[in-house]
Amino acid sequence: MTPSTLMLLALLLPLLAVGPILLAGRYPNLREAVSLGAGALLIAVVLGLRSQLADGVVPVLNFGEMLPGLTLRLELEPLGMLFALVAAGLWPVTILYAIGYMRGHHEKNQTRFYAFFAIAIAAAMGIALSGNMLTLFVFYEVLTICTFPLVTHAGTPEAKRAGRTYLGILIGTSIGLQLLAIIATWALAGTLDFAPGGILAGKVSGPLVGVLFALYVFGIGKAALMPFHRWLPAAMVAPTPVSALLHAVAVVKAGVFTVLKVTLYIFGIDLLAENAAADWLVWAAGFTIVAASVVALSKDNLKARLAYSTISQLSYVLLGAAILAPLSVMGAAIHIAAHALGKITLFFAAGAVMVASHKTEISQMAGIGRKMPWTMGAFAIGALSMIGLPPTAGFVSKWYVLSGALQSQQMVAVAVVTLSTLLNAAYFLPIIHSAFFGRAGDDHDHHHDHGEAPLPSVLALCVTAAGTIVLFVLPDQVLALAGALLGRNP
Amino acid sequence: MSAPLEHLPALAVVVPLMTAPVIVALRRPWAAWLLACGVSWASLFFSVLLLLQVLESGPFSYLMGGWAAPWGIEYRVDQLDAFVLAIVSAIASVVSVYSRKSVEAEIDSERHYLFYAMFVLCLCGLLGMAITGDAFNLFVFLEISSLSTYVLVGMGRDRRALTASLRYLILGTVGATFYVIGIGLAYMMTGTLNMADLAQRLPAMAHTSTVRAALAFLVVGIGLKMAAFPLHAWLPNAYTHAPSAAAALLAGTATKVSVYVFLRIVLGVFGATGLLTALPITQVLMVLALAAMFVCSAVAIWQPDLKRALAYSSVAQIGYILLGIAFLSETGLAAGIVHLFNHAVMKSALFLALGAVALRVGSTRIDAIRGIGRKMPLTMAAVLVAGLSLIGVPLTVGFVSKWYLVEAALTGGMWPVAVLILASSLLAVAYVWRIVEAAWMAPPGPELAHIREAPTAMVLSTWVLAGASVWFGLDATQTMGVARLAAQTLLQGVAP
Repeated sequence: MTPSTLMLLALLLPLLAVGPILLAGRYPNLREAVSLGAGALLIAVVLGLRSQLADGVVPVLNFGEMLPGLTLRLELEPLGMLFALVAAGLWPVTILYAIGYMRGHHEKNQTRFYAFFAIAIAAAMGIALSGNMLTLFVFYEVLTICTFPLVTHAGTPEAKRAGRTYLGILIGTSIGLQLLAIIATWALAGTLDFAPGGILAGKVSGPLVGVLFALYVFGIGKAALMPFHRWLPAAMVAPTPVSALLHAVAVVKAGVFTVLKVTLYIFGIDLLAENAAADWLVWAAGFTIVAASVVALSKDNLKARLAYSTISQLSYVLLGAAILAPLSVMGAAIHIAAHALGKITLFFAAGAVMVASHKTEISQMAGIGRKMPWTMGAFAIGALSMIGLPPTAGFVSKWYVLSGALQSQQMVAVAVVTLSTLLNAAYFLPIIHSAFFGRAGDDHDHHHDHGEAPLPSVLALCVTAAGTIVLFVLPDQVLALAGALLGRNP
Repeated sequence: MSAPLEHLPALAVVVPLMTAPVIVALRRPWAAWLLACGVSWASLFFSVLLLLQVLESGPFSYLMGGWAAPWGIEYRVDQLDAFVLAIVSAIASVVSVYSRKSVEAEIDSERHYLFYAMFVLCLCGLLGMAITGDAFNLFVFLEISSLSTYVLVGMGRDRRALTASLRYLILGTVGATFYVIGIGLAYMMTGTLNMADLAQRLPAMAHTSTVRAALAFLVVGIGLKMAAFPLHAWLPNAYTHAPSAAAALLAGTATKVSVYVFLRIVLGVFGATGLLTALPITQVLMVLALAAMFVCSAVAIWQPDLKRALAYSSVAQIGYILLGIAFLSETGLAAGIVHLFNHAVMKSALFLALGAVALRVGSTRIDAIRGIGRKMPLTMAAVLVAGLSLIGVPLTVGFVSKWYLVEAALTGGMWPVAVLILASSLLAVAYVWRIVEAAWMAPPGPELAHIREAPTAMVLSTWVLAGASVWFGLDATQTMGVARLAAQTLLQGVAP
């Protein structure tokens, strides 16, 4: 198969699964088999692309002109490869988890759920493989819209309200700020193609660079930089598999991924450094990291705490980009993968607890580790990765971000990373401690003495927890991609 | 070119004009419908041929009855004319197919023939306005289309249609009178009614207050007809209470042709006088356009009746078109012209879909359609698609218009305007998403228990337009190419 066909396939496979998913609506096992099968095929396709890229092939695919002079095109590069691997790799795992969760939780409209899930993955693939900013923006908006029915899945007034916040902030920032920045880029540079070193170099200088960069960074609302972060906690009304894959991996990573793309391929590190255009972002991302961690400390609802933890962790990637040192940019890229594995594990665990024990608040979870050892064990591994302790993936990315910060004498960034490590420990370790060593309180509703969550769910969260450790032990693949991003060998 | 094709410009107008009396003579509803359909599709055929011809070999003239201009009536066809002809006849063709079921449900059968006769006359007037090169002939066609429109609006289901029609009649007549006064003043100074001739002779007299008064009358008169903010008072009621098919036709064509007249007269005829830059016309236009975009979009959010919400949205969208014109740059003008097409397609799709809802539910109020998405999924999916286009989501035509408007603002150095354009489109999110939430995110009430999907012909016509708003959003090179050519041709005659 030619490289460009592979790329088209990566985009189409999830879409092609939608039809069979809808047709098999009456037969849940068949329906989920379709999703799993498509997921397995997608992984194979993405791995195929990976080997192409490793051989030095750069697959390109032009869909033709959308506006005169502006084509819709796909082009593979290392960062997109990394994002595609993460999103594609975690899709079937999440489906596996969802089988246990959605049935255990007796959710309605499951066919619609799996169908939109597949469309969302297709959109994420589109974002990962985009060859220019227009294509990326198109898929970015598609992702926003097709995840809306997933966020409002429950159909309750609360879900409807959350849906409004979700759509309002994501569409508002993307049309109000990001689109403006894109059109301005087009007017200034005459192209929107991603090019190493950037396309704006020599076209703009002075404070305009900073303004344009700010329009992009705030306009990419999916990166959840404060003050445009409210949609993420709001999206937690969605079923847990959505929170896990979309609001810890695909959607939010699409955001920080886009910021990295813009930093590297639209502006170029040099242009930003010359004009000191990213300095403000060190502060803004630093503030978000610390503030979101403090808010997370105050949340008793586990999913809400995880959501604020995600906001904080996303800004690590932004911080890595803002430091503008090659090592920290590598760290930012690695963190996309590292945080994805860790956070999806945490969400899986939170959902598993919800299904097995109907508990959503942290204060109710004392002693739950003894009833659900696998789930809470995985939770512990995910939490270690968030804090950035070995032997987990979070350590690797934090190491690179810190090295870059030290190398470029960004003491603010160093202080922020250190402080947030402490805060992360402060809001994760008590959960683990009380889960394993706490005494179960008298919560008078012993209507059933629960054990572990359904087997598929437990299986899924063990896989991702194992992945978190594997990424620490064998980080070569990710390091290679992150290194290739900066044109160097690991 | 073979002999019959030579007369294409005349055929495009004469065929609908002659069909109207035939329809009245035949009287049978089905025959009237069939003829109206046939005529609409025939004019679409003529228009497409004309468009292809213009794109291939450039603008050309046709002399009515062989009388040479400026004495005879000249029909002049350039890219803009052909583009507008194609828009009008395409919308009319789709609406004509759709109208059968809708008219059956909303109008007494003994008056069907009148509806179709007026439909065809309205089409004739709109096409005539777009094709003629004679300023007075344009007035004649303006009156043909206006008078037939008043009748169409007055045929609405309840008696509020009559007051809506009367209001439109009064304001429309004021507009047409202003137009004719303006043309009269220009004629007084130049002694000609031929547009090309006028454009040549006016610059020499640009300093006279007569010519300035003529321009003022023309701008206000045409502004009334195209519902430019704040002269839009007639439009919301007219669109709300007109029969669904008529509302869809008007929403897609009537104001668009008036915008075309604005371009043709104000830019084409008065462009060379230098008055456009000497007087603060573009600045005023820009402020009014921005006001329309914000005020009317905001008003649309609070309307309980969806047809009315869409009518206010139309006024806002006219604002986008006028804003593009006010930039007086190639990109801005092209953005405005392409939005003529883009808005026609998506707004007509929305009105067609609401017509289907009116047919099945009997109301288009927001509380009457809760949960309708489960009952009429195809129709409401079309609303979703066209609504996303109204917001300007990528892959739809609305995105294309927005892109070029913002680009024109940025290249014109007016970045605050660019910010305002995008900010106003966020208001569209509010009024579109309100419909989506009501239709899809509520369980259908008991009163909707027996509602079925709309008849196939209606669903198909709606989807032709909804599909077009995606198709031309996926690949805007064709529409944008024509719009850019039209803008270039127009700007040639405008003094810097």
